[in-house]
Amino acid sequence: MPVTIRLFARLREVAGTGELTRELPADATVAGLWDQMVRDYPAMAAYQPSLSCAVNAEYARFKSPIADGDEIAFLPPVSGG
Amino acid sequence: MPPPTAITELVLDPNRVVDAVSGDGDGAVVTFLGLVRDHNQGRRVTHLIYEAYDALALKALDRIVTEAAEHWPSVRLAIHHRTGRLEIGEASVVIAAASAHRADAFAASRYAIERIKQIVPIWKHEYFEGGDTWIEGATADPDNEEARAHARKLACP
Repeated sequence: MPVTIRLFARLREVAGTGELTRELPADATVAGLWDQMVRDYPAMAAYQPSLSCAVNAEYARFKSPIADGDEIAFLPPVSGG
Repeated sequence: MPPPTAITELVLDPNRVVDAVSGDGDGAVVTFLGLVRDHNQGRRVTHLIYEAYDALALKALDRIVTEAAEHWPSVRLAIHHRTGRLEIGEASVVIAAASAHRADAFAASRYAIERIKQIVPIWKHEYFEGGDTWIEGATADPDNEEARAHARKLACP
């Protein structure tokens, strides 16, 4: 199933793009997708302990399942204000 | 009437944020402006570029407004956050808290800025003399009750 991945700030720079698409198995989770991202972009591994994620623009957990067409976002530590 | 929450690339107008909350029953409106300053950790800052996950950032601002209403039911809160390139002295965020009495308005505005720094998916890219760096603060987790309690404690010392 196809999904969209959104990346921000330093993670966006590491990937060289803020938006990717991936084909995932039906039982995919956010954690599994992150593992795939780290395989593709090893420099992202440093963010593992401080990472947040969102599914369809709602904060999610790494164990959250992914559905067909979802938008998954990986968020480095935030610094608004 | 302006919306209570906004993520915008436009220059922020504090009066507009105040207009989003103030009413005839209010005895106080507290405004907070977060500004781009010319130094950070010994670096001479030239400008900042703010990046946001707009859709989630707006929901996170709405969440902060809801949380503040739980803590201070008499307060109405508005938060507008800017994105894109900001020069020194420009406002990156404007908060307005209106209430019948000042104490709650002060507390709610402080709570809001602390929560913004905890849970709103916005990132500062700092450009300084000699380089640039991403500022990375809190790991965003709106369900972290400890962080929320910390923000409330700062608001009500």
